[in-house]
Amino acid sequence: MTTQAPTSGRSFFLRPQDMIGIALLALLLLVVLPLALDNFRLQFVGKYLTYAFVALGLVLCWGYAGILSLGQGVFFGLGGYCMAMYLKLEASSVENTRIQSTPGIPDFMDWNQITALPWFWEPFRHFGFTTLAVVAVPALFALILGFALFKRRVGGVYFAIITQALAAIMTILIVGQQGYTGGINGITDLRTLHGWDIRTDGAKTVLYFVCVGLLLACILLAYYVKSSKLGRLLVAMRDKEDRVRFSGYDVSSFKVFVFCLSAALSGIGGAMFTLQVGFMSPSFVGIVPSIEMVIYTAVGGRLSILGAIYGTLLVNWAKTSFSESFPELWLLGLGGLFIAVVLAFPNGIAGLWQVHVAPRLGPLFGGPARRAASPAVAEPLPVATPAVAE
Amino acid sequence: MNANVITDAMNKDFVLAVEGLTVSFDGFKAVNDLSFYVDENEIRVIIGPNGAGKTTVLDLICGRTKATAGSIRFKDRELTRMKEHEIVRAGVGRKFQNPSIYEDLTVFENLEISYPKGRTVMGALTFRRDGPVKERVQEVAETIFLADQLDQRAEYLSHGQKQWLEIGMLLIQDPELLMLDEPVAGMSVSERKKTAELLNRIIKDRSVIVIEHDMKFVEDIAHKVTVLHQGRILSEGPMAKVQADPKVVEVYLGH
Repeated sequence: MTTQAPTSGRSFFLRPQDMIGIALLALLLLVVLPLALDNFRLQFVGKYLTYAFVALGLVLCWGYAGILSLGQGVFFGLGGYCMAMYLKLEASSVENTRIQSTPGIPDFMDWNQITALPWFWEPFRHFGFTTLAVVAVPALFALILGFALFKRRVGGVYFAIITQALAAIMTILIVGQQGYTGGINGITDLRTLHGWDIRTDGAKTVLYFVCVGLLLACILLAYYVKSSKLGRLLVAMRDKEDRVRFSGYDVSSFKVFVFCLSAALSGIGGAMFTLQVGFMSPSFVGIVPSIEMVIYTAVGGRLSILGAIYGTLLVNWAKTSFSESFPELWLLGLGGLFIAVVLAFPNGIAGLWQVHVAPRLGPLFGGPARRAASPAVAEPLPVATPAVAE
Repeated sequence: MNANVITDAMNKDFVLAVEGLTVSFDGFKAVNDLSFYVDENEIRVIIGPNGAGKTTVLDLICGRTKATAGSIRFKDRELTRMKEHEIVRAGVGRKFQNPSIYEDLTVFENLEISYPKGRTVMGALTFRRDGPVKERVQEVAETIFLADQLDQRAEYLSHGQKQWLEIGMLLIQDPELLMLDEPVAGMSVSERKKTAELLNRIIKDRSVIVIEHDMKFVEDIAHKVTVLHQGRILSEGPMAKVQADPKVVEVYLGH
């Protein structure tokens, strides 16, 4: 046994450069930004970070497994609505709603002549159930959809179109069922969590740190999945699905898994959005937000877990600053950015970093720790660039 | 009833029993009422002109294409009703015509994925790259002449090396029935020689079905040759007999 594969010597799931990357991100989010920004701006960052959960899911689902979902807003919304339903019920206590014709139910139900709380709202009185539902409802929804589509080998563009249609259907459903969902306005006027007022600046700062903590935990989870054999299988499936199938794997179950995981991550993001921003509405469920979330991932780099986080922050920061000064131009700018990413730097910011910056910083910062240059490697590799539409 | 009992008893001797196999695509019968039997440790070569249905036969056995009629029994299990991954797990390995490997992964990872452990979602999440796995990968890598390329990304391998890697990916699963679709196609002379040597080593102790055009190669390895033409068997038997068959000469070897 002369040659020991260096890749096989790794027992921990994080490489040194991953640990440094995560530590730097944690430093930025937990120390630098809270110190550098005022409360108002920090709350914006907190909101952006809730989208980063979705981007994280898209890295696994789209970047690694090659499954492009244009309906991630649905899962973000499901998680967000679960949390909003809990908060709304707490805000709709009998004392608070004494002036309604039916006290004790959310105000929008009262306006829509509903006289009793619908059965599916009932369990959201419990915080434990709600936290579970934030993850489980999107995951379950993804499970059903994934089973229906992946078992029938629906993939690629068809899958993307179906998920996009789903985002449209979901919006229409929420808007149409005003009495049960709050309609186009969404669920608003959320006040307390377990009696703790979430509207104060102090509470928002606490929620910001909770959000960052959860995001970091989810990042670790994503790294674990990526470094497991399952992560390599996802890449293998993206490349040669049939070969994986004829190596004894039930390909569809792996796709269902990663789709559910991305849905669950999005759900957590949605719930944190509701908590920090104080409402949830169908405008975060539909086609436009779903596609925007794909753009964040693409700009950051869909093959890079950390890249997607930075991409989300950057695009949203640009969105906020641009739409303050040129509101009409923003959407055009966003579209242009997406085209530029696809054409000029398909691996996003992370790809640019890997090719241009990291080699100068050395292997600890993700530089290609290239062992004895092999004759087969002629040029300084563009990292995997499978067709975007795949 | 009685007839069934008799066929079952007959099938027991064969690793693979294909009977009355038919598949039609929009009325076109790519494989038409095909029957053949493969013995334990037998090396069977399927030859035939383009469009004879050779690759379709392999597709049918491994479940990629569903049969319109007929049966495929492998060690007394009916394959036509099983899913692809179940067929693989039952012990059937298949190599595709074009090298089918994972370009974005290293040679080591390519082989590791093919290692028959951790094939469920939970299994893959908790899979550990332990001693036996590394040893087996190393062993297979040596067999396929890639021991010093384990950390190389597979996309940088030469065409011949990619073919070897895919053969290695099958070998690591230790299938009882190995199916190879043109394993030496597109290879240089030296690669071809090395591949023939490799195949001769790995086809021991298992049944093998090979599709090949290279007659020299076929002569070297075949125990029995099946000649397909328009979805039917034109001739079957030892190489010498098949080569002498006037029907075969006319449609295939004569050119």
